[in-house]
Amino acid sequence: MKLFKTLAVSAAVALASTSGAATAGTLQDVQARGELNCVVTTGVAGFGAPDDSGRWAGFDVDFCRATAAAVLGDPNKVKFVPTTGKTRFTVLNSGEGDLLYRNTTITMSRDADLKLSFLGVNYYDGQGFMVPKALGVTSAKELDGASVCIQTGTTTELNLADYFRANNMNYEPVTIETNEEGQTNYLAGRCDVYTTDASGLASTRSTFDNPNAHIILPEIISKEPLGPAVRQGDDEWADVTRWVLNVLIAAEEAGITQANIKGHAAKAGNNPDINRIAGTEGDFGSMIGLDKQWAVRAISAVGNYGEIFERNIGVNTSLGLARGLNAQWTNGGILYSPPVR
Amino acid sequence: MAATETSSGSNPSIFYRLFFDKELRSVTIQVITMALICAFFFFIVNNAITNLETIGKGYSFNFLWDASNYDINQTLIEYDSRSPHWRAAIVGIINTLLVAVAGIILSTIVGFLLGVLRLSSNWLINRVVYVYIEYVRNVPVLLHILLVHGIVVNTLPIPKNALMAFDGTLFLTNRGFYTPKPLFEPAMWAVLIAFVIGIGFTIWFKGYAKKIQDATGKIYPVLLISLGAIILFPIIVFFLAGVPVNLEYPELKGFNFKGGLVLRPEFVALWIALSLYTAAFIAEIVRAGIQAISHGQTEAAFALGIKPSRTMQLVIIPQALRVIIPPLSSQYLNITKNSSLAIAIGYMDIVATIGGISLNQTGREMECMTIVLAIYLAFSLIISAFMNWYNKRMKLVER
Repeated sequence: MKLFKTLAVSAAVALASTSGAATAGTLQDVQARGELNCVVTTGVAGFGAPDDSGRWAGFDVDFCRATAAAVLGDPNKVKFVPTTGKTRFTVLNSGEGDLLYRNTTITMSRDADLKLSFLGVNYYDGQGFMVPKALGVTSAKELDGASVCIQTGTTTELNLADYFRANNMNYEPVTIETNEEGQTNYLAGRCDVYTTDASGLASTRSTFDNPNAHIILPEIISKEPLGPAVRQGDDEWADVTRWVLNVLIAAEEAGITQANIKGHAAKAGNNPDINRIAGTEGDFGSMIGLDKQWAVRAISAVGNYGEIFERNIGVNTSLGLARGLNAQWTNGGILYSPPVR
Repeated sequence: MAATETSSGSNPSIFYRLFFDKELRSVTIQVITMALICAFFFFIVNNAITNLETIGKGYSFNFLWDASNYDINQTLIEYDSRSPHWRAAIVGIINTLLVAVAGIILSTIVGFLLGVLRLSSNWLINRVVYVYIEYVRNVPVLLHILLVHGIVVNTLPIPKNALMAFDGTLFLTNRGFYTPKPLFEPAMWAVLIAFVIGIGFTIWFKGYAKKIQDATGKIYPVLLISLGAIILFPIIVFFLAGVPVNLEYPELKGFNFKGGLVLRPEFVALWIALSLYTAAFIAEIVRAGIQAISHGQTEAAFALGIKPSRTMQLVIIPQALRVIIPPLSSQYLNITKNSSLAIAIGYMDIVATIGGISLNQTGREMECMTIVLAIYLAFSLIISAFMNWYNKRMKLVER
């Protein structure tokens, strides 16, 4: 009798636990947890890498911190989940990560087939090739028969195959999993060419002992709009994260900086655009489930888009990237945020 | 509770007996456990399918016919970036088979050698092999693979400064080991036929020599004559036919060598690392097998006047094989499965193609992983079946 009772009860418990709890939205989950799980790369200098003390820093990392500041009030309440090209989407889709900021190209198949929701573009990039100067190559069309180091699971892999086939050239693909592996193989001479997004090339080159011994060839063979992503199906969370990205770009356009945001938030001024972002006019925060100071927290944590760019990957850093396409539309680039109103 | 509960006079109900009659109770418990296990698996599979359907992914293998859009550096069959995913899977399977078979052969040879050396009475050889085996066995195989690959890629020169041998026919670089490729002319068929004739002759001759030995005690040098038939005879025919082979030499054109046969550093690193790792385990198995044979067998053989080499061949090894073969088949399975670490150094095996790049680009994790699991299961079952057959052949036939 006792044995029967134990078996019956355990079976009932097992079946009952299968019903599962109803899932709340991601915004509520993050606020309840008190920490934002951000899916990032394993280490790309300038974009997302842990520094010597283990603290994460970089272009994409700063956007994560801005989101955490807007949603949780503290830019340090972020848990960074490093992923490879292979694991990034699975980690996001399984719920281990809430938000992905990982130099990820927006493509149709990723958006529709992989069930992701892209929130916008935070860096307009393109794929390029890096070769040692000693090879004497000046154009990508001279690379017939070369060995090319290529990261698996990326759009660069597909673009590489297309480019070489279209130009009737052969190549030997040397597949690598991470950026670090690629650097080792490239420097050891296992491959002649390293290919990835031009920003990634600049970042990799900046970590070499002798960056000037390597050149990035002029051909940019693809469009690589890099942007953040969340899971499909949670529109509320997508709105929150999309508008954090947009407001950082809009802030630069309106002239709001990390230094002057607190001043703007204290007193309404003459510029309605600045007032709306600083929360002194209207209540846009409540539209996405946050309070009036959402943008103030984000901007005072990391600054506007231009400040994030210059701090991590700008011309004065070791990557030395010019704004180029990533300048504001009023400044010759194509960065164009919808208005906060 | 006491043994049987049918103490009271009246016949107890079937429900009572299901749980209190000792034999029936054990059956009942087994049935309930089976039901729980089945329910559990059903729940898991159902959960997965429901979740996949909820996020709109479904479970279908149609993606296998889409173009793969990526290139593979080592392909033993025709393949380019317009080939479908199933062709990429086949390329991966062939690469896995290649490194598994090559690894099994090399590790068996090295393992048996090390095992016998470990039993040597020479103190230095004994100790050196002991240290080697302990080091290799205690370091995870992934580290071995990375180490060998690192050595190959970093110490060998780039193609421009290639190490040359035999006046420009063999080249050693960190992109690969290049040898001339033999192109066979039609006359090569004669050599092939001679080879087959040699094998046929050897099989017949072995039977004939045994018959003569049983009848008259005269021992023919079977090994020498077999070698002569299988190797020497085709070589003679080869030269008589006018050396019907052309060599395609590897030449440095631009970035890399073109032409000839190439052994890529990824394949070589994986092969050597896996073989040396498994050879250490096989060495211990061989040592255990040989030491399991009581020394009385050797002494008795010597007492009968059988030479030491003949003793090893006819008395010790056949008995030792019975002890060696079962654990040996586990090691062969290990090599096959450890080859899945290939992706760590960029060798395109089944896990790297269909389970890696295809999985990532199409987003079909469940289907790709199912394929990879099924392939490894098939390999393992084939190897096990073969080893079991071989084991049966070697078994001690008792009366």
